[in-house]
Amino acid sequence: MSTRVPQASPKDLGAVLEVRGLVTSFPGPGGRLTVVDDVDLTLSRGETLALVGESGCGKSLTALSILRLVPKPGRIDRGSLCLEGRDLRTLPVTALRQVRGREISMIFQEPMTSLNPVVSVGKQVVEAIQLHDRLPSAEARRRTLSLFEQVGIPDAASRVDAYPHQLSGGMKQRVMIAMALAVRPSVLIADEPTTALDVTIQGQILDLLRTLRDQLGTAILLITHDLGIVNELADRVAVMYAGRLVEVGTRMEILAAPRHPYTQGLLRSMPARARRGERLAEIAGVVPPPGAWPRGCRFAPRCTRAFDPCTRIDPGPIQLSAHHTAWCHAVAEEESAPPVRRGRA
Amino acid sequence: MSTSGADALLRVEGLRTWFPIRAGVLQHTIGHVRAVDGVDLAVARGRTLALVGESGCGKTTVGRSILRLVEPSAGRVCFEGVDLLTLPQAALRPYRRAIQIVFQDPLGSLDPRMRVRDVVAEGLDAFAIGANERERTERVEELMRRVRLDAVQMTRYPHELSGGQRQRVCIARALALEPKLLICDEAVSALDVSIQAQILNLLRDLQAELGLSYLFITHDLGVVRYLADRVAVMYLGQIVEEGATEELFAHPHHPYTQALLSAVPSVDPGRRGGAERLRGDVPSPANPPAGCRFHTRCPVAFERCRSEAPALYPIKEGTSRCFLSDPAAKPLSEPAGA
Repeated sequence: MSTRVPQASPKDLGAVLEVRGLVTSFPGPGGRLTVVDDVDLTLSRGETLALVGESGCGKSLTALSILRLVPKPGRIDRGSLCLEGRDLRTLPVTALRQVRGREISMIFQEPMTSLNPVVSVGKQVVEAIQLHDRLPSAEARRRTLSLFEQVGIPDAASRVDAYPHQLSGGMKQRVMIAMALAVRPSVLIADEPTTALDVTIQGQILDLLRTLRDQLGTAILLITHDLGIVNELADRVAVMYAGRLVEVGTRMEILAAPRHPYTQGLLRSMPARARRGERLAEIAGVVPPPGAWPRGCRFAPRCTRAFDPCTRIDPGPIQLSAHHTAWCHAVAEEESAPPVRRGRA
Repeated sequence: MSTSGADALLRVEGLRTWFPIRAGVLQHTIGHVRAVDGVDLAVARGRTLALVGESGCGKTTVGRSILRLVEPSAGRVCFEGVDLLTLPQAALRPYRRAIQIVFQDPLGSLDPRMRVRDVVAEGLDAFAIGANERERTERVEELMRRVRLDAVQMTRYPHELSGGQRQRVCIARALALEPKLLICDEAVSALDVSIQAQILNLLRDLQAELGLSYLFITHDLGVVRYLADRVAVMYLGQIVEEGATEELFAHPHHPYTQALLSAVPSVDPGRRGGAERLRGDVPSPANPPAGCRFHTRCPVAFERCRSEAPALYPIKEGTSRCFLSDPAAKPLSEPAGA
């Protein structure tokens, strides 16, 4: 399976994961509540795509949908999830289990919840290795040790036998990354991987993710609310609002020249970008919960540039460059394009 | 420190809060977690001091020690010249009114069975403010306006509000007692960035309107740079650097401050990477390293750092606890807990 692993400079070697028209819903009081609505994502080999947005925008559920791990009673209603040509949505469960952990790894915000508390961390990595390569235990243990050293776990030989609760948050996240390294996945989904960690530890983990991507060509889907981390790690950025994509572009396009009023508002409201003594730009109001999404553009009630079509017509994609797309009537007008209606209902 | 003399509303000196570690059947004390170990700081009237540091550095314990929610082991906490640590509990009451605290998790600090109106009025009742029901309602309405909450929210329960609205309720509750000092312990850390901006603007407006002083405890350096007048950086129970915000961000002296600032990912798309990383984890405050507490992770540590504890040395517009700032003259204060 090592044929999957390209060597240096793996960017733009083609799509490894393609999500098309993903719709995920939960049962609500008045019918099903759509929480992820018509999301398209493409992830190329060795690329980092950041999926950003505020709490409740559907970014984490998008990630869970890709792994078909949407908690019940939620379900995927529509869409395709193509991993190197196979649609994960129609894959039988046994085959899907092979994919999870071997071809797609996932690390979460709180590593404690993803580690087994009653098995030593070394053993958990050994198991991950043996799932991937049928190595004898002694050999797998040797590789675990070298992985622990690779991810910067000090005094690795003694930490191998430690239980998760004996390690700090940063150490546990390193163990998770060691596990991801062990199976050499083609895709790593990292959901707020450093949010629970201190900033000096966060930097170490971001470096590790970069190494993983550059050495193994792993594509990373990075889910975060922190635009600083996006800037550090991402090649491209997809911005979500109320279950939908509102803007997708390269890191430079989104952070230096965002076009969607929501993306612009997010960046302007960051204290790190504001001058001292100046008022922070606010986005008035709050993110509407699923079920209370307005007609037309979902951001329209909070948008300073909303005009007539915004409250009636669901905006379709406006292509701004090879990689840059925004779903916005105001952007359409700037581009002097006619308002486009979103394709799917 | 330049915020010295009469203009300091709060002055903390040599504050030490140690927690005993007990073991065995008889629960003998076998050691101490030195959560706060000789902290000095000052909050000027109408100003904001940010206390920053990573988890476990003791910053939250400092906030709680000031209010004596945990009992400090030593030191002085002078509020308007009165040392709160020497007061009997009964005499503390007026100070518990003058100093209010707002926590990170508003849902956890609001009683789920109390309506917003009663939450805000709770302090009024406790201190018997407002002669009758009508006066009380008027006061609550005014507080709701102050924190930009709609009057219709008064009859709601906390779970019916958004995170930002809940934090406004917590702020209104704190303001009800007309405090002079507001301790904000990670008060905006759990909020989404667009909501965080609303609360930060509110806190700024309130400071301008009411002349409030803030002790802003946070790990978020973006917020600190935007809001604080002065910054105190904490590491393993001690202040390692204190200074005027702009000067500290522009020219950090202490290697820990430098590492902390450089570790924050920039949101400037023209700048990326190149940060110097600290190695290793923060040592345990139960067993802090000898000498300079940062020497185990410091990229520029030398022999003296391993054996001798640095004092706070004067730097431009502040102080730094690093031998590199030692003017080889007399230090400002003796090293604490050495």
